[in-house]
Amino acid sequence: MLSRVADNLYWMSRYLERAEHIARVMEVQYNLMLEATAESEEERWRRVLRTLGVRVKEGESVVEVAHSLTSDPDSPTSIVHCVMSAREIARQVREQISSEMWEQINRLFHAIRRADRVDLWQSDPLDFFQSICEGSYLFQGITDSKMTHGEGWHFIQLGRYMERASTLSTLIDAHYSEFDVALDPSVESDGDHLEWVGLLKSCTAFEAYCKVYSAETRPDRIGEFLILSPNFPHSIRFSVDAVETALRAISGLSSGKRSSRIERITGRLRAMLSFSQIDEIMAAGLHSYLQNVLKQCADAHSALHQVYITYAIEAALEA
Amino acid sequence: MASVAGRRTDPFPLNDYELREAYDEMLTPSGEVRSHYQFLQEALLELPEAELRKRKQAADLSFLHQGITFTVYGREEGTEKIFPNDLLPRILTDQEWQKIERGLSQRILALNLFLKDIYHEGKILNDGVVPRELIYTCKHFRRQMRGFQVRRDAYVAVAGTDLIRQPSGEFVVLEDNLRVPSGVSYMLVSRQVMKRTFPVLFRRCGVQPIEHYAQALLATLRSLAPEHAAGDPTIVLLSPGVYNSAYFEHAFLARQMGIELVEGRDLVVHDNCVYMRNTGGLTRVDVIYRRIDDDFCDPLAFRHDTILGVPGLFNAYRAGNVSLGNALGTGVADDKAVYAYVPKIIKYYLGEDAIIDNVQTFIMTDPKERQHVIDNIGEYVVKAVGESGGYGMLIGPHSSDDQRDEFRRRIEADPRNYIAQPTIQLSTAPCLIDGRVQPRHVDLRPYILFGEKTTIVPGGLTRVALTRGSLVVNSSQGGGSKDTWVLH
Repeated sequence: MLSRVADNLYWMSRYLERAEHIARVMEVQYNLMLEATAESEEERWRRVLRTLGVRVKEGESVVEVAHSLTSDPDSPTSIVHCVMSAREIARQVREQISSEMWEQINRLFHAIRRADRVDLWQSDPLDFFQSICEGSYLFQGITDSKMTHGEGWHFIQLGRYMERASTLSTLIDAHYSEFDVALDPSVESDGDHLEWVGLLKSCTAFEAYCKVYSAETRPDRIGEFLILSPNFPHSIRFSVDAVETALRAISGLSSGKRSSRIERITGRLRAMLSFSQIDEIMAAGLHSYLQNVLKQCADAHSALHQVYITYAIEAALEA
Repeated sequence: MASVAGRRTDPFPLNDYELREAYDEMLTPSGEVRSHYQFLQEALLELPEAELRKRKQAADLSFLHQGITFTVYGREEGTEKIFPNDLLPRILTDQEWQKIERGLSQRILALNLFLKDIYHEGKILNDGVVPRELIYTCKHFRRQMRGFQVRRDAYVAVAGTDLIRQPSGEFVVLEDNLRVPSGVSYMLVSRQVMKRTFPVLFRRCGVQPIEHYAQALLATLRSLAPEHAAGDPTIVLLSPGVYNSAYFEHAFLARQMGIELVEGRDLVVHDNCVYMRNTGGLTRVDVIYRRIDDDFCDPLAFRHDTILGVPGLFNAYRAGNVSLGNALGTGVADDKAVYAYVPKIIKYYLGEDAIIDNVQTFIMTDPKERQHVIDNIGEYVVKAVGESGGYGMLIGPHSSDDQRDEFRRRIEADPRNYIAQPTIQLSTAPCLIDGRVQPRHVDLRPYILFGEKTTIVPGGLTRVALTRGSLVVNSSQGGGSKDTWVLH
């Protein structure tokens, strides 16, 4: 497979996952905002921006920045930008993906363009967020059932789960630093109950969590579920496992011998998540643990590019 | 049967079919239906109006869904446009086709000999048959190609030659496209759609197949492979990318041939060998079917301000490590001023008369011819010699005084850059316009493949000027296409 095509499939998938994540977080937060709380709208949006890893510059209005995350095509962190980028990339590799995949991503793009014309925040943004998430689910379903599960498909998996591992780490880290749990994480936090439910919902995890731990929202259990669950698709460990599986498949298919570096990075990360315990993580500091995950994801990303996409010609000729 | 040169009295949908001075593909001047159009005419009279509309809609939808688009330059929004397709086939007899086929085979052979000659000894220039100055002032002449041995002497491996039918019924060559001719995907897709739209008519008529074009193109490219890879060459299609007007075609052909569609950034040159960058490492490339103009192929050898090409490609090519189809520098033979000499070129190399004539062409560097055209510019079509796609031309009878003055000025300022031809009434063929059958002007572009052997799939792309009375068939100027049937 051409390196450019692999790179395009990877990014197409990352952008779409990112759009879905932003839409889901905003949907959950918008719902929470409907409940009367003492907190001002501005405070809440400031926190949402942190959980999405968006910085607010000096002098910018927090609310405006938050609103621009839906529809500002020039903001690199907006939903519109992500979907447009994914679609533009898909257009360039249209021959490599199935026509149904292309049609679905094209449909999502046109739906967004239509939504762009009305002022979302004056009407009902929930529909918009839901249509993004559903559009993304549909795309994933079509991809899994219509595309050969070959190298290209594995690059799509790689993009999705690499993005998911990173966004989850950022989200969880920001949430735990906002809501102080240092005293005793095993005690249910009464005042912030809704916020913890919100965190779970932002990861589509509320129902799944309840099945395992009941509806009692204890910060340590939530952390265990979202970080270390081996079976839940929106946990960090699950995502890293999926990244590693995809990478193994790719290095088996593309017959290169240069992949050991990236396999070492992801293998180490996977082992770390497999053998960690939540009480140890909490004791040693959740923040530094998640920052470590983020750094290793970034390392894996750049190693991926060095091995498969932008490798030096000399290195490839020796192999 | 019907009144000559006037409104006909046939039943719907043929009741609006007007004959004028141009040759009509379906009707004789006296209004009789030509025998090879009999089946189509009967089918049109039999089909209920609603059914005809339904089939038209189904065909249009099929084009839309397949995303058969082209890009129009110079407009910001909505640059992807659906290529308009006319539902009714243009029909040729086997006898007509055989003459075209012989004529085009003769022409491509002579043009390739000509290219070899001018990039080597230049005998034809020494003998004064073609003026030396004409060649050396051509902006598509590539000095870098002097003395270079092109594999199988196949300078032009893929050509698309535009033919038009004169009022006499004879086909003449309007121009050759010897650089990167496009449009063949429309020919292939029109055929697929037509077979689904008119299956019964198709079978009844007995149409010669064209589906083997992709295999024939692949075989042609394979025959260009350098010695070292003659057995199993790696062939790629080099496209400028998704923003190019013919990107759909590039992707289509690559898929049909089962070869990789690459862009300049996918290729690297190392040690005068070309490689493509795969996830598993570098793969050596042996033949490049390039759909990029000469100028953009290699920033080291040609235009520097481009990122479309591959740095070092030209050296790899000259070293014989990779073949290009078409070769570089073929544009000198489709320069519209050189075109005027093609009959002489055929005579010079093959000792034969041209089987298909040229259109009479006035060379503007000749003072007498220039003066004549400037005085009578309203009767002529004036073309810039290096342009294509209907850009940079004046159609005398349809021009305003300002446009005529403008072209007079341009000719005086740069006579080498222009030629003039008498305005020719392109033949008309029946088209379905708003539910009625009406005549529209058409041309014909067959595609010629020249490798180990010469292959021309029967038919080609028939382009239609969809506006009533218009003579411009280019897709960038509001033209469309229709399927071309050569009967057994």
